[in-house]
Amino acid sequence: MSALLEVSDLVVDFPTAADGVFHAVDSVSFTVSAGERVGIVGESGSGKSLTSQALMRLVPEPGTVSSGSVLFEGADVMAFSAKKLQKWRGSQTAMVFQDPMSSLNPLMRIGRQITESLQKHLGLSKAESRTRAIELLQRVGIPDAESRLSDFPGAFSGGMRQRVCIAIATACSPKLIIADEPTTALDVTVQAQVLDLLDHMATELNTGVILISHDLGVISSFCDRILVMYAGRIVEEGTAEQIVGDPQHPYTKALLSSILRLSEPIPRRLKPISGAPPLAGQRASGCSFAPRCALAIDACRTLDPALVPASNASPGQRVACGVAAPAAFELADEVTAA
Amino acid sequence: MIWWILRRLGQMLIVLFGVVSLAFLLVYAVPADPASTLAGPNASAATIASIHAQLGLDNPLWQQYFGFIGRLLTGDLGTSYVLRETPVFGRIVAALPTTLMVAVGGILWQIILGVPAGIFAAYRRGSWVDRLITFLSLIGLSAPPFWLGLLLIYYFAFTWGLFPLNGLGSPVFWYLVLPTFTLGAGGGAWYARMTRTNMIETLDSPFVRMARAKGMPERVILWRHSFRHIAIPLLTMIGLDFGYFLGGVVIVETVFGLNGIGRLAFDAISNLDTPMIVGTVLFAAIFIVVVNFIVDLLYSVIDPRVRLNS
Ligand SMILES: Nc1ncnc2c1ncn2[C@@H]1O[C@H](COP(=O)(O)OP(=O)(O)O)[C@@H](O)[C@H]1O
Ligand code: SF4
Ligand SMILES: [Mg+2]
Repeated sequence: MSALLEVSDLVVDFPTAADGVFHAVDSVSFTVSAGERVGIVGESGSGKSLTSQALMRLVPEPGTVSSGSVLFEGADVMAFSAKKLQKWRGSQTAMVFQDPMSSLNPLMRIGRQITESLQKHLGLSKAESRTRAIELLQRVGIPDAESRLSDFPGAFSGGMRQRVCIAIATACSPKLIIADEPTTALDVTVQAQVLDLLDHMATELNTGVILISHDLGVISSFCDRILVMYAGRIVEEGTAEQIVGDPQHPYTKALLSSILRLSEPIPRRLKPISGAPPLAGQRASGCSFAPRCALAIDACRTLDPALVPASNASPGQRVACGVAAPAAFELADEVTAA
Repeated sequence: MIWWILRRLGQMLIVLFGVVSLAFLLVYAVPADPASTLAGPNASAATIASIHAQLGLDNPLWQQYFGFIGRLLTGDLGTSYVLRETPVFGRIVAALPTTLMVAVGGILWQIILGVPAGIFAAYRRGSWVDRLITFLSLIGLSAPPFWLGLLLIYYFAFTWGLFPLNGLGSPVFWYLVLPTFTLGAGGGAWYARMTRTNMIETLDSPFVRMARAKGMPERVILWRHSFRHIAIPLLTMIGLDFGYFLGGVVIVETVFGLNGIGRLAFDAISNLDTPMIVGTVLFAAIFIVVVNFIVDLLYSVIDPRVRLNS
């Protein structure tokens, strides 16, 4: 089966103050198949959002996608004309953003924000798109859908707005939905409802989903496959079982231990991973996790580990850590401090 | 809604009453005597005294004030000291259309000059077009209106004869081009800068990113998704400009020889013509208060977050 989405060696650059470039996303490769749920997890600033924006060609200025390819059903997204891109966005792929408060236009009625997609991509008439919008709102569980069409976003709660966003995203039955922290701005009870809804819609439409979150708990409960990102790179990938059951990378283990604490009988405060990710453009030589890594050895400070099959021989699991998988160092480029 | 309007009308009346009272007292406080101004430098003391008596200037202040307010309530603004036999009210009403046309024309120029340029600059931010627009708007902002007016008259009316020199004739539109442009050019520059700033903020906002992710064309993103957001601050500026223009109108009406309220006010102040001063101030205040009222109403039309009952 050929992949729905195939991302290879994606690099997103930002100019730095010192006239250099900073790879905010660095050689990221992954695939998504139809109906598959792929999770991207990592601390804030690890490049998750930029990865998703890059594959929609929505990287904000002054960032640029400096290399890499994105194939959607075999078609080269980076080569799409502006027109083709407009046709593709919203109909074949759709996005759900983090903040439902600001992602909906506060000065436009909810109905219009749904029907405009239907009219543009499906060529529906005003009346048809209105009927369809009501169905969509009902499907995402908004009561009184018909009368709510004429409401402005301000009249909805955060959870309800995210439902509206999911209705908009699924309006044209896209093959791929990218949800970037769709529940982060919501309170815990609403989070689960929104994830259930996303799950339900994706199953119904056999949609591929990329779910992005800093919360490994959210990701592991929802996704088939997980990509762990750190400082712009994928440092580990595998199935949800592999990542949760037998994590290889010290960073993944740290993320995992910070969620496991929550299920202890007496909840303690979440123990954050000590230290902070490297600042933009201040990447040291060697493994970028080394300054925070308890297992770091001398080699970690000079060798930048490649993403290689994990040494537990679990099929498909890959890790970028030279201690967990010595091959990672064998394939590494020697990086000296610039 | 109805309550909001009634309350606003009440507030407007109070404001107008305050403005008129203040204007009356300020003119009274000026240490110059209207009677001697009227009578001229060579008038005898007797002449001045008789003018005093005629105008009621010898009565105590409170009596003059209540007399004035009493007449005002019946719609009588008094008679001009200088242009005897002419009710102030009639003069102002006659001058009003000219001033309104000049002010509205000035606003239109600001919008025409400023808004498209600002939007364009925002879309092409950092490009040479953006820098050119910034540069031109700096010039526009720093050019004094009378200077610009004289320059326009010199070239466009006098040298090239493209537009009438001054005054009003037919078609009125043609006579208003230069004065309104003079009034609006500086503001147009200001509008361009504000529009650029607001448009950039809007284009960077999450809902525009969402619209792009939905595959909306740029044209739709601009007009359907963004324009209302830049229209709100624009509306605020237009409201303020109507007030500001009443000052600018004095200069423009003088330079272009137009008989509007600005000129009326200017002459009235030069002559210490108390009834005319208070009358023009009252009309200016009515004008501003009404424009503010309309602006607030329009806010609620554009922006659903604005509730009129608060
Ligand atoms: N507009 C921007 N300008 C400069 N750097 C940026 C910008 N957006 C993101 N970055 C950089 O890219 C990194 C990754 O950002 P992002 O993809 O938003 O992270 P995540 O979604 O994982 O929190 C950030 O740490 C930041 O340094
Ligand atoms: S390569 Fe070294 S520093 Fe990097 S994660 Fe592995 S052990 Fe830690
Ligand atoms: Mg993010």
